[in-house]
Amino acid sequence: MGYFSDIYKGIKTLLTGMSVTGKYFLTSRKGAITQQYPDNRDTLKMFERFRGEVVMPHDENNEHQCTGCQKCELACPNGSIEIIWDRGLDETTGKKKKKIDKHIYHLGLCTMCGLCIEACPTDAIVWAQNYENSTYDRTQLTKVLNRPGSKVKAGIED
Amino acid sequence: MIITLSITKTIQDWLIGMMPEGVASILAMVIVALIYLAIFAVAGLYLVLLERKVAAWFQLRIGPNRVGYWGLLQTMADALKLVSKELTGTIKADKFLYNLAPYFVIISSLMALAVFPFTKEFQAFDINIGIFFLIAISSIGVIGILLGGWSSNNKFALIGAMRSGVQTISYELSVGLSLLTMVLLTGSLQLSEIVEVQKEGWLILQGHVPAIIAFMIYMIAGTAETNRAPFDMVEAESELGAGFHTEYSGMKFAYFFLAEFINMFIIAAIATTVFFGGWLSPFGITESLPWLGIFWFLGKTLVIVFLMMWFRWTFPRLRIDQLLTLEWKYLLPINLVNIVIMAIIVWLNLTIKF
Ligand code: SF4
Ligand code: SF4
Repeated sequence: MGYFSDIYKGIKTLLTGMSVTGKYFLTSRKGAITQQYPDNRDTLKMFERFRGEVVMPHDENNEHQCTGCQKCELACPNGSIEIIWDRGLDETTGKKKKKIDKHIYHLGLCTMCGLCIEACPTDAIVWAQNYENSTYDRTQLTKVLNRPGSKVKAGIED
Repeated sequence: MIITLSITKTIQDWLIGMMPEGVASILAMVIVALIYLAIFAVAGLYLVLLERKVAAWFQLRIGPNRVGYWGLLQTMADALKLVSKELTGTIKADKFLYNLAPYFVIISSLMALAVFPFTKEFQAFDINIGIFFLIAISSIGVIGILLGGWSSNNKFALIGAMRSGVQTISYELSVGLSLLTMVLLTGSLQLSEIVEVQKEGWLILQGHVPAIIAFMIYMIAGTAETNRAPFDMVEAESELGAGFHTEYSGMKFAYFFLAEFINMFIIAAIATTVFFGGWLSPFGITESLPWLGIFWFLGKTLVIVFLMMWFRWTFPRLRIDQLLTLEWKYLLPINLVNIVIMAIIVWLNLTIKF
């Protein structure tokens, strides 16, 4: 009968739910996800997927992978990225080529949506795991991501 | 008067030596009331702390751990904060009812505490219609909620209060009937006698199948009576702001909050007394030490309180129509059949006694 099977199913699903939460309750000592932040400041390490801010990694020759294609600038929904670019002479081919002058990133405008990183065809920008981003002056939130004197890694466009 | 006043009587006897009888008995009542008030204000605060800790563990958090060792003073600090806060209100509120409501709620829940036998001698008022009194008093609180919701002159508060009315009126029936099922076994409404009967085995064992069904119904309906999740449509944060106490602040809010937790304690205490032998120890292992009864009573009560917290952090909130379906189509008919079964069992002497 529908009536009694409903009761049976109802009780069964309730008990299933309670066993799940019960297991969490019993294991909560080990698995607490709370970080007691200022106390463990020295040891606290953010996890892989944490979105701290957008950075541009440079290798040991001070070379980055940004070609200046401006796709990140277009992808950003709130204009946090500005690319100032120029045309320069390419040493190997001798042709004129687009390259970045400054990759400007406004951390204060960024919503950490990650669209710029998705959009970048050469994976030139990535998420950093730092989390103490507050400053006393908001101009410090405007950052130039490419280091002074850096240049694009050769062959990245191929 | 046939009613026995155990601790009240002790204090009264002591006072009678010093003053006329009339004054002494009134003074004794006042003293007992103050003792209870002090104990349960603190106990209520610690229940809040327990709830927060348990909630944290269910959600893999740590919970309050800053104020005092292991967060033990957290709710004290909260209460102090709430006392010192300004009591704001709406201009168009019905001032008299608005101010009355929180006291209504807290007093009705504190009154219910008077009749519990915490241990053999520790009972403020051993009234001979104990269960009846409890059923009656536990539903008076809803008037306070209705008053609060109505007089705040706020849509959310009114909707919350109306839902509370619907909910309490429906679920009271189940609470009452499931307790009556057990009264069939005890043959008495007096709480001390109900405990006395259980010396031959806790009622949940004595009554076996129908008693277990009654207990399940009681737990569901009791949770609904306290307006706790999954039956917290009265407050339904995601729908109604804070429900009936949206417009309350400071200590008046704290009264509502405290009353919710004391009500939870009361529901658990009733379950302990009626189903699990009150202050009796399992198999009478500590029978020679009567004062240990308090320990057993509180232990059992806290287990049931924990069960209610487990419900709260597991089940999603019901919709109002689901709530009424559950009560009127499931709990109530099952309950009525259950009473008949219990009556037959008692009639044919099929109870289990040790
Ligand atoms: S994360 Fe989003 S908001 Fe921030 S810079 Fe990238 S696209 Fe813009
Ligand atoms: S960071 Fe990536 S998307 Fe943005 S300009 Fe450089 S290469 Fe293009």
